[in-house]
Amino acid sequence: MALTSPEIETMILEILPDAKVQVQDMRGDGSQFAAHVVSKEFEGKNRVQQHQMVYKALKGKVGEELHALSLQTSVPE
Amino acid sequence: MTNPVFDRIKNDIENNDVVLYMKGDAMFPQCGFSATVVEILNYFNVEYTTHNVLQDESLREGIKQFSDWPTIPQLYVKGEFVGGCDIVREMAANGELVAHFESNGIEPKN
Repeated sequence: MALTSPEIETMILEILPDAKVQVQDMRGDGSQFAAHVVSKEFEGKNRVQQHQMVYKALKGKVGEELHALSLQTSVPE
Repeated sequence: MTNPVFDRIKNDIENNDVVLYMKGDAMFPQCGFSATVVEILNYFNVEYTTHNVLQDESLREGIKQFSDWPTIPQLYVKGEFVGGCDIVREMAANGELVAHFESNGIEPKN
């Protein structure tokens, strides 16, 4: 089952409630997403750890249904 | 408990400066994300070894667990996990990747 952008956003916000999340369905068919996540929780963590936090929020779907998720994370300025 | 795949990976990343776990190989990447990382490594002209996870299901699953990272490609430099395609691309664009190579003593090939 393909996910939708709002579903992805909701899952991320469950784990990172302060986050500003932008999710784009790149082809409009649920096959390729781009997400930008900005959260204070990323402070002091390297990029690998930041991405791992988002992957955990997505509960094992990344690499499976969500094969094509391009992810960018950052700490709020 | 020892895991033979983990032992192989450990041995591999300890004995090679730059290791890319990917789909396909450097000549024929079989996924756009893998192809992107190959292009970046070629651009910086560093020596690297690749492993095709499509030819080895135990490696394909093992590397995901080993790195706690759900997707392929995965780049290791001097035994340390650097990231997947998005991170490598971002680091290449902002100069962090070349700095990372330099600080690890990895020089461009002649």
